[in-house]
Amino acid sequence: MTDLLRTRVLGQSPRRVDGPAKVTGTARYAGDQHVVDPAYAHLVQAEAARGVVTGVDVSAARAVDGVLAVLTPDDAPRLASTEDAELAAFQSHDVAFRGQVVAAVIASTREVAREAAALVRVEIDRQPHDAHLGTDRDDLYAPEKVNTGAETDTSRGDVATALAHSPFTLDQTYTTAWYNNNPMEPHTTTALWLDGDLALYESTQGVHTTREAMAKVFGLDPERVHVIAPHVGGGFGSKGTPHVHTVIAAMAARAVPGTPVKLALTRQQMFSLVGYRTPTIQRVRLGCDAAGRLASLEVDAVSQTSRIKEFAEQTAVPARMMYAAPNRRTTHRLAALDVPVPSWMRAPGECPGMFGPEVAMDELANACGIDPVEFRVRNEPDVEPESGKPFSSRNLVACLREGARRFGWEHRDPTPRARVESGWFVGTGVAASTYPVNRTPGSAATIRCTGPRRYLVRIGAADLGTGTWTSLAQVAADALGVDFADVELRIGDTASPKASVAGGSSGITSWGSTVVAAAEAFREEFGDDPAEGDEAGAEMPGNDAGDTYAMHAFGAQFAEVRVHVDTGEVRVPRLLGVFAVGRVVNPRLARSQLVGGMTMGLSMALHEHSVPDERFGHVVNHDFAEYHIATNSDVPHVEAHWVEEHDPHTNPMGTKGIGEIGIVGTAAAIVNAAHHATGVRVRDLPVTLDHFL
Amino acid sequence: MDGEIELRVDGRRRRLRVDTRTTLLDALRDGIGANAPKKGCDHGQCGACTVLLDGRRAITCLTFAVAHDGTEVTTAEGLADGERLHPVQEAFLERDALQCGFCTPGQVCSAIGVLDEAAAGHPSVVTEDLTGPVELTDDEIRERMSGNLCRCGAYVAIVDAVRDGAR
Ligand code: FES
Ligand code: FES
Repeated sequence: MTDLLRTRVLGQSPRRVDGPAKVTGTARYAGDQHVVDPAYAHLVQAEAARGVVTGVDVSAARAVDGVLAVLTPDDAPRLASTEDAELAAFQSHDVAFRGQVVAAVIASTREVAREAAALVRVEIDRQPHDAHLGTDRDDLYAPEKVNTGAETDTSRGDVATALAHSPFTLDQTYTTAWYNNNPMEPHTTTALWLDGDLALYESTQGVHTTREAMAKVFGLDPERVHVIAPHVGGGFGSKGTPHVHTVIAAMAARAVPGTPVKLALTRQQMFSLVGYRTPTIQRVRLGCDAAGRLASLEVDAVSQTSRIKEFAEQTAVPARMMYAAPNRRTTHRLAALDVPVPSWMRAPGECPGMFGPEVAMDELANACGIDPVEFRVRNEPDVEPESGKPFSSRNLVACLREGARRFGWEHRDPTPRARVESGWFVGTGVAASTYPVNRTPGSAATIRCTGPRRYLVRIGAADLGTGTWTSLAQVAADALGVDFADVELRIGDTASPKASVAGGSSGITSWGSTVVAAAEAFREEFGDDPAEGDEAGAEMPGNDAGDTYAMHAFGAQFAEVRVHVDTGEVRVPRLLGVFAVGRVVNPRLARSQLVGGMTMGLSMALHEHSVPDERFGHVVNHDFAEYHIATNSDVPHVEAHWVEEHDPHTNPMGTKGIGEIGIVGTAAAIVNAAHHATGVRVRDLPVTLDHFL
Repeated sequence: MDGEIELRVDGRRRRLRVDTRTTLLDALRDGIGANAPKKGCDHGQCGACTVLLDGRRAITCLTFAVAHDGTEVTTAEGLADGERLHPVQEAFLERDALQCGFCTPGQVCSAIGVLDEAAAGHPSVVTEDLTGPVELTDDEIRERMSGNLCRCGAYVAIVDAVRDGAR
């Protein structure tokens, strides 16, 4: 147990420190950084899903005035490491998925680079490919572990017998679609080599993780790779792991010595090169008694991975800790396909994995004639069901109750298809949210007194819109016992001490603990009246609370859905979420995070769907005209609240991560509300109008 | 092929040579270093590149720079008077109508366009009375701001900010 930080600045709502620069457009993202006379790189992608490059004709491209260099598998320099197949640009002639980069043109202007890239002729000896995901495959396999290192399969008790003896049962299959992260800022790298050092302005969720990956790929001492990313235009996981364009930008810069190279992916290219959320197929089986108590709970999840690099979405993991049931079983199976490499997208595991089970809970509650809020309350576990550990804090029930009160749930007539207003079926639904309290070791921070009441705090953390510039400075202020205005934070640069990646909602837990430790070291050494130049630092301290406690954030989301009686059009006029996320560092910014997650959840429920064409192995709707994300008019009313929660175990601030939980459960709440409105049960996302016609 | 143009960008006169294929967005960003407008899609689908062109909001990725000789361009940067933010920018900050900030310069320019269009009585698809003055209801704001995507999901706060900015 940790002593919680005494709060003065924590819990206040200072505006975003980086806000003025962002509303005026002067905040510099990777593509905005000023470099002298840059060259521009443009990528050429494979138009076959599997095969071997037998020839690349660059003569026409090279003939264009202004072309400086062309990289191809025939003559690109060898990389020091090809261990990460995704990053092994031009190191082999094999094509593993449609959209793989097979050449890059470097030219003096964007226009010339693009024109010349279109003139590169790539011959591919095509081989039969396989891009079909389905439970009908006979080659589904069990990965060794799933994402986050969780067990692939788990089993407790005897599910078959329990199910057979349950008076109420459910056995249904639910699917979530292929989703592309689509941060608003396309992945951009500005690369420059200087005396053998590599400098990168990068769109990344972790400057140090990028540094390490590039050092390995190019065989450099990590100290010789400098990564700068003060502002990042969203990431949602897609900028969390390094992707191939960063390697290519660095190769391109090496091909034109002394010249910085800018490489910005097009929106279309992002659909095959920067990861995505795999489609999932979830078979859920539940059995309960007449009082609604679960006797048996099973989730069998199937998703896809690429043949060259495994990513195993941990879809069934949340089912292991949500509800009590003496008999339970979860499995994960993968299909290895000739498709782009899937990866993290906001709340991997929890986001898709709380769709099937949370719709299933609604279905079973209806079957038993029990209110779905009450049904969940009845299945509240005393301890984490699979591990047997007590929860450090668990306030799902408080969230459900508080949400029900705020939403006006008590007046709800549970009968489906009972309410029609001006030609619209109206319904309401609920689902639960959860997200683990993750911590990533390996960060360090320094604090330096730079003048009277001035403190410079340095750590290579990232702000992707998450609010780190502000919230981490708040943590530092309280840890130092000084005013918010006294702290200057420096993040987003490998010149600062090493920090873990902004992922898994682990930022404040990991970096905040580190900053608190640095402040303690600083105060211990210099007291509260330091002299200019005094400096101290610390590494992230350990926290073994996880050995004793299960640590998760929880939430409850309520949705109102309207479905047009004649056209089937679906609208979500109202979303309300209540969360239990420990202490809230900055309510103004936290609300944005939670509402933003819920908004993305609404978008997932109604609009988003990358449509793969199995015949060609690519996503056909690869731009914003066809891959629809929610627009302003799709999102009339979203509110997020939180309950007071004191958790002394998570970290010295008593916080839980809030970047991802908002998207967890939203789609299920909407599907459940759509069922209440229409009597039609949708089990496959997105909830499009054809389901109701 | 190149062409020579003159633009007034955020109050400053700029002459530049551009490839005739260069979009106004790339001319602003690469040619002039006016980086407030962002490239989110390059296809007219996201609104991140929105500026005010001769006072009216416009996306800059779908139009060639050579077609804009003599144009007055105001970006989000030019809306502020040094440290003093435009009231709409101030409202965006106060309402926290941004997260990553990448769509924000476009949102802000678009919001100012919306306020001007409504003041001039331009109806939108949700306007009921096409003859009278336009009342900027939340529905109107949502509809009129829907050309500016925000992947961070700041829409609800953006509507609040535009409503505040209208005061
Ligand atoms: S960049 Fe112009 S609309 Fe997207
Ligand atoms: S603030 Fe990130 S896209 Fe709008």
